[in-house]
This record gives sequence, structure tokens and C-alpha cells, in this order.
Amino acid sequence: MEHLELFLKSIFIDNMVFATFLGMCSYLAVSKKVSTAVGLGAAVIFVLAITVPLNWLLDQYLLQPGALSWLGEEYATYDLSFLSFIMFIATIATMVQLVEIVVEKFSPSLYNSLGIFLPLIAVNCAILGGSLFMQSREIPTLGLATTYGIGSGIGWFLAILAIAAIREKIRYSNVPPALRGLGITFIITGLMAIGFMSFGGMLTGGDEETAKETKSAKVDTLEDTEKELANNTKVIE
Amino acid sequence: MGLLSKKDTKLITDPLADNNPITIQVLGICSALAITAELEASIVMSISVLFVLGVGNVVVSLMRNIIPSKIRIIVQLIVVATLVIIVDLVLKAFAYELSKTLSVFVGLIITNCIIMGRFEAFALGNGPWRSFLDGIGNAAGYGVILIIVGFFRELLGSGTLLGIPVLGDPIEKTGLYSIGYENNGFMLLSPMALIVVGIIIWVQRTRNKALVEDH
Repeated sequence: MEHLELFLKSIFIDNMVFATFLGMCSYLAVSKKVSTAVGLGAAVIFVLAITVPLNWLLDQYLLQPGALSWLGEEYATYDLSFLSFIMFIATIATMVQLVEIVVEKFSPSLYNSLGIFLPLIAVNCAILGGSLFMQSREIPTLGLATTYGIGSGIGWFLAILAIAAIREKIRYSNVPPALRGLGITFIITGLMAIGFMSFGGMLTGGDEETAKETKSAKVDTLEDTEKELANNTKVIE
Repeated sequence: MGLLSKKDTKLITDPLADNNPITIQVLGICSALAITAELEASIVMSISVLFVLGVGNVVVSLMRNIIPSKIRIIVQLIVVATLVIIVDLVLKAFAYELSKTLSVFVGLIITNCIIMGRFEAFALGNGPWRSFLDGIGNAAGYGVILIIVGFFRELLGSGTLLGIPVLGDPIEKTGLYSIGYENNGFMLLSPMALIVVGIIIWVQRTRNKALVEDH
């Protein structure tokens, strides 16, 4: 349930393009045709699914304050979090290179469709943004980090697919000359982002319900629920 | 002649208008949009990019003859990442509140396409002084758009500039509010940044027909 919630949330509510504007550069540059947009979108899902969990491990066991305690007690006070930018970007650049080599070796057909987009991705802010948001939102487990990576990738894929489809059709419309190309794309993206905001309410209703279910299911948290109930009734009184 | 030759001046002034990194070259959009709900954040972001791009361009330009071309992307990323860490730590030390508002977007300067774009397009082929000017010029062009967007979003969205109310008090109904003006809360939402940039592009291209694209 936790996974599904995070998955849907990262696709629709915290959509990379529409909520945080990450990866806009390639989003605008590569969205002229649906076929190329699909290629880049697939590559983004792929790379996010690998780099987010990898950076989660790095963050958990190397960078966070006290993360080095597995090395011994004298390392427990180390705080390397100021290195996270450089570590994350290095991981991403290396992984992209590695993925490119592996894919080229084992699946030439996949390489032909993804290959040209992979180098572009190392400097796509959506990828680094995925890792940085994973860090700042303090995602608790490796599994959830993977879910988050895949979900954000799919969100980005949906966004670029939608704008590419619209841009293919808009060629036949009579757009004011000064707005043609970039200008109208910006405005359409803005309108789509407003549309995506309506997903915002999707999980807030469900949140309370799932919270109650998990609480009543677990005996050890029953006490907390009772306390909370007591508090609630106090407020009402 | 002076310190700047005519060609050098052009390096700085071109990106401010006709070759603007955001509206013409389409670089560095991500951060431009996400943090412009307040003017102050836009200004700080512009200064950070100015520093990173100016210094980064010089460093890459100095190293341009010794970087093997195969690993140049990684070398460039390391240069940017180092500079961004400096910016991040300085912000955390001297403007903690603001660095919380900017959150991950300071880190995202690393993958801001303006920076890699200028490294690739200019610093790898030119000397340090010209690269420095190019960096400053492009970062300033980026900053101008950021500040324009931030100005309108803060003014229309919350009726303040840099946190100071300029249109009167919305609760006491003074100033403009006394004649029925209301803040447009919509301007504070992120999608409006896109639409404001779209309008800037529209205005710019209407004034200069040479920039109009065909489909």
C-alpha cells in the first residue's frame, strides 16, 4: 500500500515536469516528435530506476551524519553530507556510461532506440533531482526509493509524451507568429500543469483511511490511536 | 579601447536580449521556473548562477587543452559540482532561511543546462578572459528573466516586493485594496511561471521579428 501510494504520488501529484519543472531543457528540446519523445522518456525511466536506489545506498551508508558508524565507533560522528552533490552526480555520470556500454553489448536493438539519448541524460536535471528529492524527503527504505525512482520516471515519460503529441497536432493550428514554437509550448505546459494540480486531492482523502487501517491492524500501535482519540475528543470539548 | 573591446562588450550584452539563454537558447529552464514565486529567491539564484558560471567558465577554459575529450563531461560536472557545493555552504551559513526555500534547486545548478551548454559551446574553445565575459553575460541574461518573472509573480501574487508590501494592506483595505483590488493567488502557483515566461517570449518576439520560428 505504501508502495502504491508513493508510486501514484510520484507520477501524478509530484510530477517531475509539472510540479517541480525538472528536466525542462530536454523536455522542450526533444518533444517535437512522439517517437523521439518515447525513446528519451524510456531512457529516463530506466536511468532513474537505477540511480535513485543506488544514491539511496550511498546516502544511507556514506553521506548522512553518522552513516559511517558501520565502519566502527570512531567514525560515528562523521558528517559527509556536504559531499552529496558531487557523489550523486558522479554516480549518475558513471552509471549512465556503464548502462550505455552494457546495453550496447547485450541488446543492440535497445541500444539503437535508447543509445543516442543516454549521454543526454547525464545532465538532465530530472535525474539529479530524483536523487536530491529522495534525500530531502527522507525516503525510508531501499524498496521505496526504487518505487520512487520508477514512479518519477513514468511521470516524466507521460509528460513528454503528452507535449510531443500536442506539438505534432499544433502545427495545423493558426498560432500567432511570435508565439510559434517555444512560446506556445511554454503556455501549453503551464495549462497542463494546472490540469495536473487537480490530482493533488487524489491521496489526501485516502491518507487518513490507510493510516487508520494500519493502526488498527497493529496491536502495538493501538495505544497511540487511543491517545490520539483522547486528544481529539479533548479538542472537541 | 579601454578594458573591453567592442567584441568583448558584445559577449556580455548579446545574451541579455537577442541571444538570451532562457528565451532563445532554451537553456536552464528548470530552476528559472521553480523558485520565482518570490523576488528575493530569484535574485539570490541569479547571483549563485553568476558566480558558478563565471568562475566555472574560467576554470574550464584554463583546462581546455589538457582535458581528454572523452571524459570532458565528467570533468566539467566535477568543476560545477565543486562550485555549487561552495555556493550551497555559503548560503547555509549566511542565509539559512533562504537556502531552505531554494532547497534542492541550489544543487540543481549542477545540471542547469546553461552551465554545461556554455562550457561546451564557449569555454572549450576560447581563452579565460573571453570565457569569463561570456559566463557573466549569459548568467546575467538568465538573471534578468528570473528577476522579471519573480517581480511579476510576487507583485501580482502577494502584493509585496522583497517581502515589503507595496500595494497597501489587504486586510486593513488600504492603498489599492481600498478600491476593491485583490491579490491573484494563482500567480504563486508554479504553473503560472511557465505562462509568464511564455508571455515574455511572446513580447520579445513581437518586438524582434527576426527571432520568430516557423513551426
